Amino acid sequence: MNSPYTTGIAASRLGADELAENFGDLHAPLDAHEASVAADRCYFCHDAPCITACPTDIDIPMFIRQIATGTPEAAAKTIFDQNILGGMCARVCPTEDLCEQACVRELAEGKPVEIGRLQRFATDRVMEQGVMPFTRAESSGKKIAVVGAGPAGLSCAHRLAMLGHDVTVYDANPKAGGLNEYGIAAYKSTDDFAAREVDWLMSIGGIEIKTNMALGDDLKIDDLVGCFAAVFLAIGLGGVNALGLTIQSEQGHVVSDAVDFIEELRQTNDLTDLHIGRNVVVIGGGMTAVDAAVQAKLLGAENVTIAYRRGRDGMSASTYEQDLATSKGVKLLFNLQPKAIRGASGSTEIELEYTKVEDGKLIGTGEMRRLPADQVFRAIGQTLDTDAGLKVEGRKIAVTGAGRTSRAGIWAGGDCAAGGDDLTVTAVAEGRDAAMDIHSTLMGDA
Amino acid sequence: MADLTTDFLGIKSPNPFWLASAPPTDKEYNVRRAFEAGWGGVVWKTLGGEGPPVVNVNGPRYGVIYGADRRVLGINNIELITDRDLYTNLEEIKRVKADYPDRAIIVSIMVPCEEEAWKAILPLVEDTGADGIELNFGCPHGMAERGMGSAVGQVPEYIEMVTRWCKQYYSKPVIVKLTPNITDIRQPAAAAMRGGADAVSLINTINSITSVNLDTMSPEPSIDGKGTHGGYCGPAVKPIAMSMVSEIARNPETAGLPISGIGGVTTWRDAAEYITLGCGNVQVCTAAMTYGFKIVQEMISGLSQWMDEKGHTSIQDFMGAAVPNTTDWQYLNLNFIAKAQINQDDCISCGRCYAACEDTSHQAISMSEDRTFTVIDEECVACNLCVDVCPVENCITMVELEPGTIDPRTGKVVEKDYANWTTHPNNPSATAAE
Repeated sequence: MNSPYTTGIAASRLGADELAENFGDLHAPLDAHEASVAADRCYFCHDAPCITACPTDIDIPMFIRQIATGTPEAAAKTIFDQNILGGMCARVCPTEDLCEQACVRELAEGKPVEIGRLQRFATDRVMEQGVMPFTRAESSGKKIAVVGAGPAGLSCAHRLAMLGHDVTVYDANPKAGGLNEYGIAAYKSTDDFAAREVDWLMSIGGIEIKTNMALGDDLKIDDLVGCFAAVFLAIGLGGVNALGLTIQSEQGHVVSDAVDFIEELRQTNDLTDLHIGRNVVVIGGGMTAVDAAVQAKLLGAENVTIAYRRGRDGMSASTYEQDLATSKGVKLLFNLQPKAIRGASGSTEIELEYTKVEDGKLIGTGEMRRLPADQVFRAIGQTLDTDAGLKVEGRKIAVTGAGRTSRAGIWAGGDCAAGGDDLTVTAVAEGRDAAMDIHSTLMGDA
Repeated sequence: MADLTTDFLGIKSPNPFWLASAPPTDKEYNVRRAFEAGWGGVVWKTLGGEGPPVVNVNGPRYGVIYGADRRVLGINNIELITDRDLYTNLEEIKRVKADYPDRAIIVSIMVPCEEEAWKAILPLVEDTGADGIELNFGCPHGMAERGMGSAVGQVPEYIEMVTRWCKQYYSKPVIVKLTPNITDIRQPAAAAMRGGADAVSLINTINSITSVNLDTMSPEPSIDGKGTHGGYCGPAVKPIAMSMVSEIARNPETAGLPISGIGGVTTWRDAAEYITLGCGNVQVCTAAMTYGFKIVQEMISGLSQWMDEKGHTSIQDFMGAAVPNTTDWQYLNLNFIAKAQINQDDCISCGRCYAACEDTSHQAISMSEDRTFTVIDEECVACNLCVDVCPVENCITMVELEPGTIDPRTGKVVEKDYANWTTHPNNPSATAAE
């Protein structure tokens, strides 16, 4: 049996029980009593700021009032009306930057209403009952293709199916769900929630999912345009940004992509099988960096460090995520950029250079710092795999209005489309809005 | 340090906080615990006549109304008077009084409206050494159907008659407890006074159904699928009780009649308010039933601190202080003009004032893009609804317009002289100034 102090990269640093506990729900679900107490705190604000802060415009005071009055099923309907992936969003939304930041009780007491956990309480209730609170409209006879079964694609597909269209969803991976399935920290989506949510969402009918079909060789955009009345692209960002600096080392293999690590972790059936370094360094400053670093720590790495090339203010991970990382024992280092991997196998180090901003440009100061690093994860952002021949804006597919691309008949949304934050909830909103636009375009009342 | 000692009808107690006649005062055990916790007095749970005691239901006897976070706002009950043997109660009263001579013990009594019944029980009560009696003319359920409780309290002639018997056969103070289930509280109070009552206490509980079970279609509390109206008490009834107290305090016929205030007293502040409306002390039940006897310590410390802050050295100093300020609507000053003012530093931008004003009042609050809420003086009638619904205390206040300034709503100068409806030109029966 290994331990956190086993040198190099090793599996089973912690026992199965401890791993199971570490990767359990980050926030336990509220029970009925807790939900009732939490719901009581909502002031039912007029034109509530939390609604404005929600990318999907969920009527939050209304759903909380519905919980408070003993009808969580009605609350869930209010949520799903705006956000069919309200269950996942309740788990992964950075509520501290969105609805809960806007909550007037955050201003009044520094303690917002627990909107995220209340949303989970309501949505879990309905999903556990297996109830799909929507039914399909009369068939329109229109067939629509959705490429990408992540949050944007699923949201779009569900709305289109509800409006009476027949939807075929293609996805490059073996499973539907996109980042919900492959790219989110395990402790945010336990008990196979992403897959269960897809099954539940599909229960509306009229949606067919075809997996292992990526845009490109198997699936040509022209063919889709030819076969379907409309196409919605929600292909995410499949590529990983390369490190701007070449790591000069024979031990380059210690460097891998954080998204791959996260995916491996999400898909494994046995956490004791996963290998992790004793000393892990994550390069980056976003949510992916935090997800990778925290999970490395939870797997039993002794030392986990996030090295970010700018200051704390520049991190795209929220203060809440940063605090989560440090509470789990992750060390945050700032103003450091990677230069090289040094040393022999089993005792490698990463050499980092201090940075500063001069004339608005980030430059190295020449001062170096070394950290033991058996394993280095890159988490410096993802990039668009294919632009499908569409107009691009800032390395993403350019869109106008509700996701209209440069080519008629093709809409795009989610991370692959320009504009909006790369958040699950934003993707859901874009998918939903594109669906409404596709519907009105096809039905001729646009 | 303020002196909280009260002398009510010559009955001394170390503070004005008495426990009302109710379940908390049904037994020696409870009453001793109450005195140890610091209560100034108790009114012992109502005694019936000799013979087999009454029986209570064996299912739930309380219903409830909740505020946020299941905070108890009101309880109703269908419990009857004591269901313990008369002599057991009398012996216990005697023992406790002997051990706590400095505390007030009043015995609540309810027997049939027959002179013999009262003549029989009063000497027994006298023998306990208790400080006085309270006549339960208020209980609205169970006993009323048997011609007692509120059935007596609703007939002023009966009140007067029974009170007279009590004064005849009992030497110590007689307090008449009034039911609120009538149209004009001044009538039973005056009747008690005519009968020779030393004081009135009010209110007893209000007829109520707190809730209906939507599965079984039974009112709660439900006994085998059926419910009945019960007596409502707790913070929810305080406004009703205080209004009735004030009616008696300012009615010329009953002015000066000592009053023991009952109804939703939960904190020292509630007690102070009752006393300003003319009460010599207060009686508490629901708060004790909700939180236990210990709350009296907050009541004592709170009242004491407030009295010190205000320079009151005794209860007498502020007793009845609000009575002269309680008047009829027609005497309110119509030249007093105020406007709501929102303190932007305290505002948390919830917008409840806006929703309330815009939807249900006078459209006198504006809302900007950045959620700044501002009172529109041209529209504000100073209704106070915004103050009432604002979750932040003192964020919205009513500010009086200085005489001589212009009220932007009416365009008229604010008059400095008092003027009320009785002389208002719009009043068809206005009395001429001449």
